[in-house]
Amino acid sequence: MTAVGEALRRCRAEGRAALVGYLPACFPDVERGIANLQALLDGGVDILEIGLPYSDPVLDGPVIARAADVALRAGSTTAAVLRTLEAVAASGAAAVIMTYWNPVEQYGVDRFAAAVAAAGGSGLVTPDLLPDEAEAWLAASDAHGLDRIFLVAPSSTDERIALTVRFCRGFVYAASVMGVTGVRERASVQAPELVARVRRYTSLPVGVGLGVGTAEQAAEVAQYADAVIVGSAFVRCVFDAGDDAPAALRKLAADLAAGVRRMPATG
Amino acid sequence: MSGVRPALPDAAGHFGPFGGRFVPEALVAALDELAAAHAVAMADPDFQRELRQLLTSYAGRPTPITEARRFSEHAGGARILLKREDLTHTGSHKINNVLGQALLTVRMGKKRVIAETGAGQHGVATATAAALFGLDCTIYMGEEDTRRQALNVARMRLLGADVVPVDAGTRTLKDAINEAFRDWVTTVEYTHYVFGTVAGPHPFPAVVRDFQRIIGDETRTQVLDALGRLPDAVVACVGGGSNAIGIFTAFLADPQVRLYGFEAGGEGIETGRHAATLSAGSRGVLHGARTYVLQDADGQTRPSHSISAGLDYPGVGPEHAWLRETGRVCYQPVTDAEAMDAFRLLARTEGILAALESAHALAGALRVGRELGPGSVVVVSLSGRGDKDVQTAARWFGLDASDRSSRSAAYRRPGSGVDVPGRPM
Repeated sequence: MTAVGEALRRCRAEGRAALVGYLPACFPDVERGIANLQALLDGGVDILEIGLPYSDPVLDGPVIARAADVALRAGSTTAAVLRTLEAVAASGAAAVIMTYWNPVEQYGVDRFAAAVAAAGGSGLVTPDLLPDEAEAWLAASDAHGLDRIFLVAPSSTDERIALTVRFCRGFVYAASVMGVTGVRERASVQAPELVARVRRYTSLPVGVGLGVGTAEQAAEVAQYADAVIVGSAFVRCVFDAGDDAPAALRKLAADLAAGVRRMPATG
Repeated sequence: MSGVRPALPDAAGHFGPFGGRFVPEALVAALDELAAAHAVAMADPDFQRELRQLLTSYAGRPTPITEARRFSEHAGGARILLKREDLTHTGSHKINNVLGQALLTVRMGKKRVIAETGAGQHGVATATAAALFGLDCTIYMGEEDTRRQALNVARMRLLGADVVPVDAGTRTLKDAINEAFRDWVTTVEYTHYVFGTVAGPHPFPAVVRDFQRIIGDETRTQVLDALGRLPDAVVACVGGGSNAIGIFTAFLADPQVRLYGFEAGGEGIETGRHAATLSAGSRGVLHGARTYVLQDADGQTRPSHSISAGLDYPGVGPEHAWLRETGRVCYQPVTDAEAMDAFRLLARTEGILAALESAHALAGALRVGRELGPGSVVVVSLSGRGDKDVQTAARWFGLDASDRSSRSAAYRRPGSGVDVPGRPM
C-alpha cells in the first residue's frame, strides 16, 4: 500500500475524512513552493497533491491557472517538480502529483513513474487522462506500484463510473461540480449523489474536490466523502499573504483540518 | 464525386497513433452526445437536405473556381486555379462547418453556442449562425488577436455575440481554446462548443472534416467538368487545418494528385518564431488530442508566431499529423514575407485580396507550380478574403491612409504588369 493509501486508512480508523491539500510546485518559486507544501502538512493536511505547472491547464480556474503561470515564469521544470516531491516526501508526507498528461508523455511515461516512485510519491492525479487512453500509464503504474487517481464527474454515466473506478487505485477523485477548479460559495448539491453512485461500484475511498474552500464546506463534505480536496483556497492564500504565505497556509490548513474532524451535526 | 466517408478515425477517434480524447471526464458525456448526433445526422437525408439548402441559399455555395491567369505567369507555367471560399457569406470556409454544427446544436436541444477564434473568421461565422438560429453566443478570443482583428470583433458584436478577450498565457488562439473549454466544462448541459478546426478531442476532427469536405467535393467535380481530368496538385494553408482537410479529403484516394499543406513559417523556422507545427513540432497532447505540438523538452507549449492570426496556433489537427506520417500530404513552411509577397501578387494580378492565411497557400502554389512545370494544374484553396487583414497588410507594405506619398502611383505605370517582389511596395 502506498503512503497515500496508509494515510486514508489511518483517517478512516479515526472515523474521519482525510484532508487533501493542493498547491502547484515551484509556486511562487522552487524553494518557497517546498516551504508552502510543508506549511500545509504542519497545519494538519493529511495528503499533499502537488501540481505540475502546465502551460495549458484547461480544468483550472483563474486562480490556479495564474499560479501555474507564476511557477513557469519562476523556472518550473518537471525536474524541479520531482525535486519538490522528493523534499516533502522525505519529511514523511503522503503525496501525489497532479498533472496534465503531456508533460508526463514528454518525460516518458515509464521514466516519469519510476521517478515519482523513487522520490517517494504515491501516484498521479490525471485530470485530462481518461482510462480509455491510459494504456501506457496503467502499465507504468503497475510496474512501479503507484496509485492512479482518475476523475469522475456529475455528468459521468454509470457505465463511465464503473469503467473509471475499475482502473483507479488509491482513491477516486469525484469532481463535485461541473466546472473548473475554484472556490464556490456553497458546497455542491451534486457531490453527495455522485459519491453515492461511485460507492455502488467500488470500495475505494472517494475524495471530493472542486469548490471546497472553508472549514464549514470541509465539514459538510467530510460527512459523506473519504477525503476532502482543497486547492484554489490555498493558492489564493499564497497570493494574498505574500511573504507570510507559510504562516497563513498553516492557519488555513488548521481551520480545514478542524473542519474534517468536526462531528456530524445532530438534529 | 467521392461520396464515401473516410474510414478514419476509428470508433475512439484515432488516426493511427493520433487523435483520441484527452479531456476532463466532465466533457465525455457531451462528446459522446455530439458523436452520436453527428453519426445520426450524417446518415439522415433530412439533415443533409436542410444543410444543403442552407449552404446554397444562405452561404452561397457552390463557390466558383477562378483560373488565376496573370498570377499563374509567376508559377513556372503552371495553371493556378483558385477555389473561392472567400466568396461565401461571412467571407471564409468557416461558414460550412458552423452551419453544420449549428444544425447539430438545434438537434441536441442546446440553446447556447460558444467558440474560439483566432483571426475572427470562425467567430464571425459562429456569431452569424447563432443569429440565424436564435442561439445565445459567446466567442473567446485572445486579447492580442482582438487588437490584430478589431474589425472582426466589431462584426461579432454587431451580430449579437458576446466577445470575451482572453488575457491568459500568450493571449492568442491557444488560450482562447483553453478558455472555451473551461466555459464548456461548466455549461455543457445547455451549451455546444462549435469547435472551429479539425483539432480537439474526438469527434471534433471528424465532425469539422465532414462539414468541410464540401470544398474538396465541389473542387473535384468542377475541375473534372472544366478540364476533363484531375488537378496535378491541391494546395492549402494549415493552421489547425480545416480548409486543408476539407479540400484534401476528396483527393486522398487519387494517388496522382499531389497534396500540399503550407504552414506559417513566421520569421523563419530557424528563428523559433513561427507556427510550423508539422515541420518543426513533435508528438504530444494538446487541446484534447494527440498530435504534433510546438513544445519544449518538458512538454510545455511554446508560443507560436505568424503574421496571420488564423495560423498562429502551436497545434494542428490529428488527421494532418497522420497524413504527414503516412507521407500522403507534403507539409512545408511559408514565411510571413513569402506570404505577403504572394498576397500582393494576387492583389495586383487578379484583383483579389486574400486572407493572410490563404496567402500562405498562394505562396506555396507558386512553389509547387514552378516545381511541376508548364501545363500542370494546381488548385489552391483560397480559404478566405482579406478584408480583415487590410490594416495588417497596409502596415506591412508601409501604406496607410495617412501616407500621402504612397508609392502605389509610381507602381501603377500603365502596362507595367506586375511589380518586382520585395517590400515595401
